[in-house]
Amino acid sequence: MATLEIHDLHVTVEADNATKEILKGVDLTVKQGETHAIMGPNGSGKSTLAYSLAGHPKYTVTGGTVTLDGEDVLAMTVDERARAGVFLAMQYPVEIPGVSVSNFLRTSATAVRGEAPKLRTWVKEVKETMDRLQMDPSFAERNVNEGFSGGEKKRHEILQLELLKPKIAILDETDSGLDVDALRIVSEGVNRVRESGEVGTLLITHYTRILRYIKPDFVHVFAAGRIAESGGAELADKLEEEGYESYVKGGAAA
Amino acid sequence: MAEITPAGATTEGAITVGQPTDARVAAGPSFDVADFPVPHGREEEWRFTPLERLRGLHDGTAEATGGLRVEVTAPDGVTVETVDRDDPRLGRAGKPVDRIAAQAYSSFEKASVVTVPKDTVLTEPVRIAVHGEGGTAYGHQVIEVGAFAEAVVVLDHTGDTTLAANVEYVIGDGARLTVVSVQDWDDTAVHVAQHTALVGRDAGFKSVVVTLGGDVVRLHPRVVYGGPGGEADLFGLYFTDQGQHQEHRLFIDHDTPHCRSNVAYKGALQGQDAHAVWIGDVLIRAAAEGTDTYELNRNLVLTDGARVDSVPNLEIETGEIVGAGHASATGRFEDEQLFYLMSRGIRAEEARRLVVRGFFGELVQQIGLADLEERLMARIDEELEGSV
Repeated sequence: MATLEIHDLHVTVEADNATKEILKGVDLTVKQGETHAIMGPNGSGKSTLAYSLAGHPKYTVTGGTVTLDGEDVLAMTVDERARAGVFLAMQYPVEIPGVSVSNFLRTSATAVRGEAPKLRTWVKEVKETMDRLQMDPSFAERNVNEGFSGGEKKRHEILQLELLKPKIAILDETDSGLDVDALRIVSEGVNRVRESGEVGTLLITHYTRILRYIKPDFVHVFAAGRIAESGGAELADKLEEEGYESYVKGGAAA
Repeated sequence: MAEITPAGATTEGAITVGQPTDARVAAGPSFDVADFPVPHGREEEWRFTPLERLRGLHDGTAEATGGLRVEVTAPDGVTVETVDRDDPRLGRAGKPVDRIAAQAYSSFEKASVVTVPKDTVLTEPVRIAVHGEGGTAYGHQVIEVGAFAEAVVVLDHTGDTTLAANVEYVIGDGARLTVVSVQDWDDTAVHVAQHTALVGRDAGFKSVVVTLGGDVVRLHPRVVYGGPGGEADLFGLYFTDQGQHQEHRLFIDHDTPHCRSNVAYKGALQGQDAHAVWIGDVLIRAAAEGTDTYELNRNLVLTDGARVDSVPNLEIETGEIVGAGHASATGRFEDEQLFYLMSRGIRAEEARRLVVRGFFGELVQQIGLADLEERLMARIDEELEGSV
């Protein structure tokens, strides 16, 4: 069973000619089949955690370990991490002019699966997945993220999640900027992947709204670069009522 | 109704919009090199070009030494001749417009004339292989396609040379000519040429210019119309590497009513001091009512240290036209794009290839010759591998 183990992770970023520590000792274990919601105020380091796990060059790991089934994730390049089974659904996916969605999906599926998917089954697989996400077939011929609306970008991220079938899925604020219909469609996509029981999900969000659609097994409150409190789904209800205020103050004191 | 699309954003280099070159040059067109002063580099038409790397082509000091091998492979029905300077079929498409083109016209010894007779529809391309063996040469090539004939010509440049040349395309009424000019030179070559097309009444001209090699390549594709109803599609693709200077200066002279032109040039750049220049001049003269024209230039900067100068110019002397527009934009292949593709398991070199192949894909398809398309995509892949 795939397990992602994060131990005492410290991460810095260069900003304005100064080095700033964003993550200050994160401990978290995500197992296949589990869903962990990471919630926290803006600037608490949630997204930094997501991008550090994916290997974004902007972030420097200064301490701690991250392993996937015992393999050292931090020693892997970005593409190696993806092929090992780590997937990051991004909050702001970039435009890639000149590269069509269909070409992109097939190239990434080939890379992650280690062989080119058989064309006939692949076309069917993509079409059915797009149908379920209520994406028009013409979408496949557009350039990656070029001119996509916010909702289209998120659907495209979840389309990749469904096709690439990672061991660990990190969803970085996938709910932000979505209306209720789009949120439901995207959540259903995430739930289809979760129902396979083969993915460990790290759901990063600022709001509790998405948790009505995607039920977490664990909720962690992120504040000041580390996990301030962990609990079950009931912790989200508490946050819904009380907000992050107590954690922000606590974080400032720490 | 005139519609002018503003030039796009740029991250590197400059985009300016001004008057077409022919409205700005000091000297008018001429066959005689003596009619052009030696450029000093500050002239509008020379300001982007590194004169010191032209090996004297611009100032009369480059002595012809030969070393250029030209082989023409033509299907049955096509005439291939080598002719003297006084042959009346030379110089009909138009006069040289700058000093190097005039130098080439004044200095060549023999010209090559390829003729596709009227009503002849070729099913195989004419292939003209120009191979440089290290000398200095002045060349002149005429390709004539008779009325209602159809032909595809591949002009394939390889090897090392210092070459100044004129190429004339004379396209008869109702004829169709597609020319693919490939500059696949060694990185030491210097190539300066004017390609002038005279497009007949209701004729169609399609040009695909592919520039991959050379130390300095400066091409001047020009279109003039011999009668109404002419159409010209000018496509171009360049891959400018470290230290290379690749310059494409287009001019479309709409002096005839009801003609159409469409320009799309795309370039990728990588490496220190890679410099691409694209000038797109379109002049719609008062007589050219019913003109429809559009020009586009896109550049993709793959690394730091490269520079693009993209200058679309549109001058319109009549309001009675169908359309006129231009667009120019230079973008970067950014770390964020690379990260996104790699985060989907795609290796860095594959990611770069995906982006560049996608960028050039539809232009390469314009060539329509499978063997050449494959060779060029393979060459682009090679260039990319050189960068990693």
